[in-house]
Amino acid sequence: MALTFRGGVHPDDMKRATSAKALEPMNAPETVVLPVSMHIGAPCEPLVSVGDAVFLGQKVADSSAAVSSPVHSPVSGTVTAIEPRLHPNGNLVQSIIIENDFFDTPAPDIEPRGTLESLSGERIIEIIREAGIVGLGGAGFPTHVKIRSGIGKVDTLIINCAECEPYITSGYRGMIEHTSEIIGGIRLVMKALGLTGAVIAVEANKPDAVEKLTQAAGDGIRVCVLRTKYPQGGEKQLIQAVTGRQVPPGGLPADVGCAVFNPETCAAVWRAVTTGLPLVTCNVTVAGSAVANPKNLICRIGTPVESLFAAAGGFSVEPQKLINGGPMMGVALYSMQTPVVKTTNALLAFTKKEVERFKPQQCIHCGRCVSACPMDLVPLYINMYYSKGMIRELEGLNVTDCIECGSCAYICPARLPLTQVCRTGKTLLGELKKKENAAK
Amino acid sequence: MSMTKKEARSAKKQGVQPAPTGPLIPTAPGTAMSLAEDKLYTVTSSPHVASEEGTRSIMLDVVIALLPALAGAVYFFGWRSLTLTLVSVAVCVAAEYIWCRLMHRPRAVGDLSAVVTGILIAFNLPATVPYYVPVVAGVFAIVIVKQLYGGIGKNFMNPALAGRAFVFFCFTRVMATFPEVFEYAPVVGSTADVVTAATPLAALKNGLLPDFSPVELLLGQNGGTLGETSVVLLLAGGLYLMLRRVISPRIPLCYIGTVAVLCLIFPRGGIAPVDWMLYNLLSGGLVLGALFMATDYTTSPVTTTGRTLFGIGCGALTVFFRYFGSYAEGVSFAILLMNVCVWLFDKAGMPRRYGVTPKMAKEAKRASRAKKKGGGAA
Repeated sequence: MALTFRGGVHPDDMKRATSAKALEPMNAPETVVLPVSMHIGAPCEPLVSVGDAVFLGQKVADSSAAVSSPVHSPVSGTVTAIEPRLHPNGNLVQSIIIENDFFDTPAPDIEPRGTLESLSGERIIEIIREAGIVGLGGAGFPTHVKIRSGIGKVDTLIINCAECEPYITSGYRGMIEHTSEIIGGIRLVMKALGLTGAVIAVEANKPDAVEKLTQAAGDGIRVCVLRTKYPQGGEKQLIQAVTGRQVPPGGLPADVGCAVFNPETCAAVWRAVTTGLPLVTCNVTVAGSAVANPKNLICRIGTPVESLFAAAGGFSVEPQKLINGGPMMGVALYSMQTPVVKTTNALLAFTKKEVERFKPQQCIHCGRCVSACPMDLVPLYINMYYSKGMIRELEGLNVTDCIECGSCAYICPARLPLTQVCRTGKTLLGELKKKENAAK
Repeated sequence: MSMTKKEARSAKKQGVQPAPTGPLIPTAPGTAMSLAEDKLYTVTSSPHVASEEGTRSIMLDVVIALLPALAGAVYFFGWRSLTLTLVSVAVCVAAEYIWCRLMHRPRAVGDLSAVVTGILIAFNLPATVPYYVPVVAGVFAIVIVKQLYGGIGKNFMNPALAGRAFVFFCFTRVMATFPEVFEYAPVVGSTADVVTAATPLAALKNGLLPDFSPVELLLGQNGGTLGETSVVLLLAGGLYLMLRRVISPRIPLCYIGTVAVLCLIFPRGGIAPVDWMLYNLLSGGLVLGALFMATDYTTSPVTTTGRTLFGIGCGALTVFFRYFGSYAEGVSFAILLMNVCVWLFDKAGMPRRYGVTPKMAKEAKRASRAKKKGGGAA
């Protein structure tokens, strides 16, 4: 019996186009754009200035804040500018622009850091921090902070191999191509957390990944199969499916004794420890109906998305929408010049026809959003209050619990922007409460 | 960013300069990269995909699910069943179209909901009614019950049932006269000569078992409204809707289950409880109501608990009306009464917050009560 959670939807997974395409290293671009904030937490301060020569893997930005993660140069070359540039999140973010000299001269401090046996847990955490590793599943929470805050609290380490978003196969390719790196990384994280076991949770639509991971797992690591359903890879849904525990409102996975890691994060930990190379590349699925030759690419962080689409054969149809991430939770991009960041795992290009499909009609009260919501919310009533401007009432409907998975808006037959309403509602409620507190 | 004319005028009066309307793209002065030179792509908030299912496809499924029972009606009561249904559908669609035209509302005919209402109204009429009956019912259902409250999704009563209730009180005699099965009424002209029959429900009302075998009732070889008699064809349609996930089985199961349990516990006229229950389930409009009327989206709850309560309420009221009402059938009025309670059921059935155990919820409640008390004392 495959494990699962209540609610969710079954979008067409669209993974056929790329699931058989091996990860392909992509040529480094002429210039890379490195936003100083590719993680959750304090933005970094540049450590280099315009005109400086930098090595591949050299730390170029860091912060002394507790929750932050440094940035490293993915190429060797010269810093040509430090200025605000478009970030995938739609804002202009201070970025370091480096011109590639195509020598890939590594930084002198890149060397193997030790082995699983020789390193202490504390040392592993330090290496992870210095390598700029963040959660590669989407949010980009600094991994060293997650481990440090979880020590002593966490009894179950879950490796999130669900990859439930349609189109994306970069994680799946990683699972079957970098299996030993992932397992090695898991063991390092286990040691850092002081655990002797871990659970790898894979969706049932990836049987060969289940097989490979089971073969490689070894002592203490267990592979379990999840039902194929979106959002199976949502942190809370995954914890519920694997352990039956529900993360309380406003709580963290550590509150129910769980820590969830992305397999690619584990592989990055393995690489940082065994080779000393910090996080400078990311695995990206380039797909979507407008893309000529959908592919899985290993690219340098900071590469403009334009180059990735070019590497995937360009466009067969003029694209109208570019998405960083999957179609359910990804962020639409304004411009082809936006760089890929640490957390990018897919780039999608959709045609005009697909973009024009959303025309909201009247709610018919069918209740599909209620049965689809994995967080037990009632999106149609949230929409009702929201559209009347009754923001205060949204608190009683627990709008703050919304994980913005997109299931309600996906399933709505009247095409109502329910997820978007929840998202805006959360923000407006937060502002309202802030104002009320200030008035007190 | 753009202002309406009115806003602009009032802003001018107050001497406020209207905000310059420019591109909504963040621009930073001194940025080397000029955004304006690049093609800008559409940006919307996620999700970026949607299921193929729409209001229209759902309504089409309901129409398909009603077709077997319509075919059964033609077989049992003649072609007049079909013409009555066509008249009813035409009136509903026309009423919706004309009303939206007159009121400058977006055209709603394309969503096919008026077609469903039309078929359901016809299903609730005896095959012998004059043609003005579905006309009156259709106009009442669409204009008064549905459109005056804001159209699809806004009505608080099932339009078809409300239309039926309206004509029942307007034209009680023709609405309470049912033709004998296989006594085909003429498509045009008077239906006064058609042999009429007592419905199974009339017998049950008097505490007697009807003169039909359960199998006859299941197939639909008995008097009644044109769409309600054939239980097996209705079940086929209902099953189709459940397989297509258009309706969840919760409301029909709770509804029919409640009727079954109550009939088992309280049989009448010294009849064996099982027989009494079986005849009650197979007679009248219970199956039609439970599968196609009580599951109407707009007028049924959306929460799981709400749906359960709604189904049980419909079942209890149906039995109550059948036992103690002056009219033999109670399904329509039971559902209509429950329709107006949908908001209450949804409120009562709100799901428990994710991650909060019943124990935690109880403690939070106690804490908030204590806080309130403390606040009052202070």
